[in-house]
Amino acid sequence: MNEYILYPGCSMEGSAKAYNDSLMAIKDTLGIGLHEVEDWNCCGATEYLSINLIPAYSLIARNLAIASKQANSTRTVVAPCSACYLNLSKADYYMDERPTLGQKVNEALAAGGLHYEPGSLEIRHLLEVLVYDVGLDTIKSKVVRPLTGLRVAPYLGCMVPRPDYYNRWSDHEHPTELDEVLKALGAEVIDFPLKTTCCGGHMTQIGPETAYELIRRLVSSADNYQADIMTTVCPMCQMNLDAYQAETNRHFGTHYQMPIVFFTQLMGLAFGMDAKELGFGLEVVSAKKALERIGVELPETQAPKKKVEGLPMPQRRLKKTATPQQEVEA
Amino acid sequence: MSEKFEPTIIGFTCNWCSYRAADLAGTARVKYPPNVRLVRLMCSGRMDPTFVMKALAGGADGVMITGCHPGECHYIDQNYKALRRFLLLRRTLAGLGIEPGRVKLVWASAAEGVHLAAEITKLVEEIRALGPLDWPTWNGHEEHQPEPALEVTA
Amino acid sequence: MSAEEKTPNKKPEKIGVYVCHCGSNIAGIVDVENVAKWAGEELAHKGVVIARDYKFMCSSLGQELIEKDIKEFGLDGVVVAACSPHLHEKTFRTATEKAGLNPYMCELVSIREQVSWVHTDKVAATEKSKAILSGGVHRVLYDEPLQEMKVPINPNTLVVGGGIAGIQAALEIANAGFHVYLVEREPSIGGHMAQFDKTFPTLDCSACILTPRMVEAGTHPNITLLTWSEVESVSGYVGNFNATIRKKARYVNEDLCTGCAVCIEKCPKKIIDDIYEAGLGYRKVVYTPFAQAVPKYPVIDRENCTYFQKGTCKACEKFCPTDAIDFNQEDELFNIEIGNIILATGYDLFDARKVTNYGYGRLANVFNSLEFERLSNAAGPTNGNIVLRDGKTTPKTVGIIHCVGSRDRNFNNYCSTICCMQSLKFAHLVKERTGAEVYEFYIDMRTAAKSYDEFYQRVLEEGTLMVRGKVAEVTDAARQPHEEGKLIIQVEDTFAGKQRRIPVDMVILSNGMEPRSDAKETAKKFGISCSADSWFIEKHPKLDPVSTMTEGVMIAGCASGPKDIPTSVAQGAAAAARVLDKILQKEVALEPIRATVDEIKCSGCRICNNLCPFNAISFIDDLAVTRINPALCQGCGTCVAACPAGAISGTGFSNEQILAQIDGLLMVA
Repeated sequence: MNEYILYPGCSMEGSAKAYNDSLMAIKDTLGIGLHEVEDWNCCGATEYLSINLIPAYSLIARNLAIASKQANSTRTVVAPCSACYLNLSKADYYMDERPTLGQKVNEALAAGGLHYEPGSLEIRHLLEVLVYDVGLDTIKSKVVRPLTGLRVAPYLGCMVPRPDYYNRWSDHEHPTELDEVLKALGAEVIDFPLKTTCCGGHMTQIGPETAYELIRRLVSSADNYQADIMTTVCPMCQMNLDAYQAETNRHFGTHYQMPIVFFTQLMGLAFGMDAKELGFGLEVVSAKKALERIGVELPETQAPKKKVEGLPMPQRRLKKTATPQQEVEA
Repeated sequence: MSEKFEPTIIGFTCNWCSYRAADLAGTARVKYPPNVRLVRLMCSGRMDPTFVMKALAGGADGVMITGCHPGECHYIDQNYKALRRFLLLRRTLAGLGIEPGRVKLVWASAAEGVHLAAEITKLVEEIRALGPLDWPTWNGHEEHQPEPALEVTA
Repeated sequence: MSAEEKTPNKKPEKIGVYVCHCGSNIAGIVDVENVAKWAGEELAHKGVVIARDYKFMCSSLGQELIEKDIKEFGLDGVVVAACSPHLHEKTFRTATEKAGLNPYMCELVSIREQVSWVHTDKVAATEKSKAILSGGVHRVLYDEPLQEMKVPINPNTLVVGGGIAGIQAALEIANAGFHVYLVEREPSIGGHMAQFDKTFPTLDCSACILTPRMVEAGTHPNITLLTWSEVESVSGYVGNFNATIRKKARYVNEDLCTGCAVCIEKCPKKIIDDIYEAGLGYRKVVYTPFAQAVPKYPVIDRENCTYFQKGTCKACEKFCPTDAIDFNQEDELFNIEIGNIILATGYDLFDARKVTNYGYGRLANVFNSLEFERLSNAAGPTNGNIVLRDGKTTPKTVGIIHCVGSRDRNFNNYCSTICCMQSLKFAHLVKERTGAEVYEFYIDMRTAAKSYDEFYQRVLEEGTLMVRGKVAEVTDAARQPHEEGKLIIQVEDTFAGKQRRIPVDMVILSNGMEPRSDAKETAKKFGISCSADSWFIEKHPKLDPVSTMTEGVMIAGCASGPKDIPTSVAQGAAAAARVLDKILQKEVALEPIRATVDEIKCSGCRICNNLCPFNAISFIDDLAVTRINPALCQGCGTCVAACPAGAISGTGFSNEQILAQIDGLLMVA
């Protein structure tokens, strides 16, 4: 049993619920034990570090400090989210590289009775742990429903293979880890040329036009390669390509319908688990058609029923056409 | 007021790199203190620990061993052997009561005249701080006698 | 050398001491008269009978002083205190020898580079000079009258590597009338040059200028051509090497084969030729690498042969008109005796797959330099048509990328020397054959030899588009409609000051040269050293580029670093000249600084056995003692220091000499 300390990150509870669900579903099959960091806080994502270094690093390091207190048989922290992974790595690396930073951060942590010694924890991304600790052979052995015939575009995103402080990834431009996992699941892996190209990150909020262009490039490339589905390791990438695909289409006048799911979801499918349990159906661009190619039925996503409190509002009726009344929960 | 103690240091150089470095320091007129007296060997691998013992017992306060940088030895990898011997020698000397700072190993390539001069200057001060060795010999300074010829009885 | 009855040499009893002023170089700081006087008085009990100081000891008058004194006083030991032994040791030893005294009884100690030039305190400098002089006098008492060893030279030579450098070296020596063994691991000589299409800057057809040399080497009466062969092991020393050669089984009887090539025609199996055709073309299992192969005898590739793998076929045997196919042939192992060795083993190409952002191996229409040479070669897999990987489409735009894997800290730091010229050559050939638009992506343009820059200007005038910038990426992910279906080169155009995306049909990578993958093993086999990069190391990078530190082993061509054809040829000829110089001298004199084992004292502990990088130390099993080969011994003295029994003595730097010198140095407080 491989034991790890898990740093989930905020998205796992929100927009990346499918990632969390699927990870929890497959962890036992893979023989990994995950112990959540107690009372963890947000890592600050990509924003805080551009604003003020010391509080930003202190925010991240608080998690490391708590995790290092928790570490008994294991000193490895696993982060499924790429941004969290990068932030935790950065904090550990720079607190060591820049002693003044390390000292100031520890001063801040001391105010809360905490301390973090850089280098005392090993920070790794979930994908890398699955490939190198669990091993491709183990993954392959657990496959009961190979994803034969499913053309998958592996999209790693930009924050995972670079800057790679500890030299863990096979290559920094075209790493093969995600490809290998998908091959072990029996899928047909596209030689996706843009596997580490940026998805736009938070440009969807600050400069949407740039983001749409970056999203368009990724989706159109996967489409050119006739991918049925894209898969990723990062909640931000998944959200951008999924939730903003419609906006992108609208912006460019295109009609892409490229589903994008987390790789753990595909792993769960291959291990024979139920699609809904793995979070399928939560995605905006439905993966239904892709899953049908491998014989997996996905129920139609129901629009969530609205709960009405108090008295109903007057319904707006245009002309004499009766608008179907939205079913309300009594 | 006693005069400043001037240490006497014996330095062993290798013919190809460090001796040429010393020559280069001379050609470049780099100045360094006169406390080091050099012995030329063909290679730092020739360094026999008895030479060091002899030097210290003979009145030297310190010994400097120099040679080519690892990987650049004229005789391929003999300086690694010198390194091995040096490390063991220093431990042995420590056991005999000689401070490890008295015997130093310095790598210098033929182009590093300035570097060698700087190392010599540094070493002189280090040994000066350690003070005279005055290693007791039971007969004072004894002249070297060659080994007697080996007699082989049938 | 067994334990000879060594009569101990008589210790010198009359020593002459000479202290040089060197003008004011020494005398300006050191009180030389005082030093000489001191030596005459304080070292008299050591045997000093005469002590002089003189203005310039190295002058003819100074040397005459020594010679006169030797004759007059019957001196048997001389110590000169002057400049560095690296400068004038030989001068004074020659003077000593002229006067009839063994030159090794003369010591030169430095009081210039080590005293007068580096110290300012005159008193301290004078005292130190006395100490150094005393060290020299104490040492000379243990000097021995050594004799240089003369070893005869075997006039045969071994040339390893049949590329252009090796061929040149072999021909030079053979034409001078001496025998050469030319060993080549491929079935034919020719090396990389045989793969090229045209050579820069003259645009000579490579094969046309190479093949006459190949034929000459193949038919020369003084050259034994051993192709499809490798050197298994080498032992010995300069003038007297012994090499074991493995002649691999061709499965073709060379005495019967006429080179008609019917076997090749009839062979039913084709496989990808990843050596000569750089993976772009095919060859049969029984093959000659190319049409003009020397020798013309084919080779059967055992690993892919249907007969060897499954026991069937044998078509070649069936159709051979002279019954030359012999499936039972075995590798031949035999020894040759040579006096000198020239290593001309050439280079390997950097594997461009390592530069993942250029897409070589992933994107179909990215080619490396050797692949392009084969494309462009009229005898190549496309008959000289420059086409895309589909084998038929002519490209309309081509991008050529310089410095792939070179000048790059991620891969190889060095510049590969020839790639700029090679890239320009490619540009010219592409334009000439296809009329395509050609882009060159470079960091610096290195065209620094005769007619090279003129070639660059010619290519510029032909309209090649130059972009100065290191290419970031070659990708097929189109962003805009005009990029669809093309390879896009993303580069920072440093002159225009902006990023550019240039869509092309074909990308050619000028990947750099690397040492052979087994260079380190080869170096070890022949007793030479490799740099950290694995290139063979020359004796002196400026003044001695073809010798190595090991006497008798020379290097030539790209084995010591990337270079172009003219330089390789020059080096091949230079190495040959060195060898001829040795052969013509008939014997070689070895410096007598070496180690000897006193076999009576040796207990056979073998501690010294693994210490010698020159394989000079061997263990004599039936005597249970170690013996040192004086011709192989280079005189480093490591074994001397290691022997716990003191059984090994080092002439020239014996324990007695050094211990005495230490005594002398410490005599002066």
